[in-house]
Amino acid sequence: MNDRLKDLLQKGPVAINIGVLDFAESLKNQDSEVIHLNWTPPAGGDPELIALLDQLL
Amino acid sequence: MATEDLKQKIETANAETVKQINAGDPVLVDIAPAGEVIPGLQDRMILHSGPPVDWQNMCGAQRGAMIGAVLFENWAANADEAQKLLEAGKVRFEPNHHHQAVGPMAGTISPSMPVWIVENRAFKNRAFCRQVEGRQQFGDFSDSALDGLRQWRNIWAPSLRKGLLQMGGLELKPIIAKALMMGDELHNRPVAASSLFANAMVCSMIEAGVGREDLLSTLYYITKHELLFLALSMAAGKASVDPAAGIEYSTVVTAMARNGTEFGIRVSGLGEEWFTAQSPRVNGLYFPGYTEKDAGADMGDSAITETAGWGGMVLAGATGILGFVGGTPEEAMTYSKEMRQITVAMSTNYRMPVFGFQGAPLGIDIRKVVQTGITPIIDTAIAHKNPGYSIIGAGLVRAPMDCFKKALIRFGQKYGAK
Repeated sequence: MNDRLKDLLQKGPVAINIGVLDFAESLKNQDSEVIHLNWTPPAGGDPELIALLDQLL
Repeated sequence: MATEDLKQKIETANAETVKQINAGDPVLVDIAPAGEVIPGLQDRMILHSGPPVDWQNMCGAQRGAMIGAVLFENWAANADEAQKLLEAGKVRFEPNHHHQAVGPMAGTISPSMPVWIVENRAFKNRAFCRQVEGRQQFGDFSDSALDGLRQWRNIWAPSLRKGLLQMGGLELKPIIAKALMMGDELHNRPVAASSLFANAMVCSMIEAGVGREDLLSTLYYITKHELLFLALSMAAGKASVDPAAGIEYSTVVTAMARNGTEFGIRVSGLGEEWFTAQSPRVNGLYFPGYTEKDAGADMGDSAITETAGWGGMVLAGATGILGFVGGTPEEAMTYSKEMRQITVAMSTNYRMPVFGFQGAPLGIDIRKVVQTGITPIIDTAIAHKNPGYSIIGAGLVRAPMDCFKKALIRFGQKYGAK
């Protein structure tokens, strides 16, 4: 077993949570290490606005 | 037009827009009755904050302020008569922004009300703002509330005018720049700027020969009025941003204003058209005896300060205000970082010590707002939902996303995006 795999099994994973903050909070509440990235889909995921933005930005 | 050409035209236009705002040189040149100096302000007309609104759709606080303005002008003998006059359409309403003017909260400007006059010396355009006070502009039309307006008209404005003319005008850029270094954000916290303004006026009022009684009354007024400079930051913001309006292909916001019913924005490349959405609720702190159930929706032209790069845009440097509007220093830092994501540039005049003296976020870009989902944050006061009340609180509010989406769609139509 290599050292990195041993580390993972002994220390547990570090989660990176993208988007919904609640998921990060629930991991934190279970004492798991988590890094939260504040992200939302461009234009709230609206396909028409995304198509418009593609032409303007 | 090819997509890359369109993008390049927008980038060039936006760079020109913020260049013009950065070139602004606001100078307080005079204080005079609105009817004598504001273009197009006629008899029996009252200007108001926000996009256009009629009596039927006007919120409670703005209705109360209208009643107060009618009584102040002596167009009616009492509040009932004033209301009937207004309901009957005997007084014309127009937005301040259509007359080179801005007004805090209800923003009412009537002909005999003296207004601050700020000239942008770089472009020779002028902007006007009414007196800031905590009663009539919030909808209180009681006699004691109107007394504050009468003293402004009869004593304070004429005394300050004499001092101002004696000194030949007062440059506002140095005061604003210094105040940002002193913990102001120039919207709800213009405390340092108000003090710097008072310091600048004292000697010139004495030199101008203002009589002892009027001088003392005016000195008490300007040295105890912590929000006094808001009228000047608003007029300076309006005077600085107006030359940047009407630049073809620009996606930069040139006005954000609310009338308590609707929130409206204007965009440089889209001329004078308003893009509106329902006025949002303010998340704030209330004076004793009031709760959010009493509150009206967001109101006032004071978001011209955010449009010019102050207010909520620089909240991280003005943490002293958080006791008034709510929030934590960490949140304030996050807000100002967010505002950098939706703006075109940084101010070359107005800097933030907390960000290593980098410039304040400048030039709200409708494309970036829609793309990121981050809307401008504004710190503001709160008026009652019904007529007849003074200020009831203060807080933070986000501009509604729908304004920016509507503007972006209109922009795409105008400039040929498919």
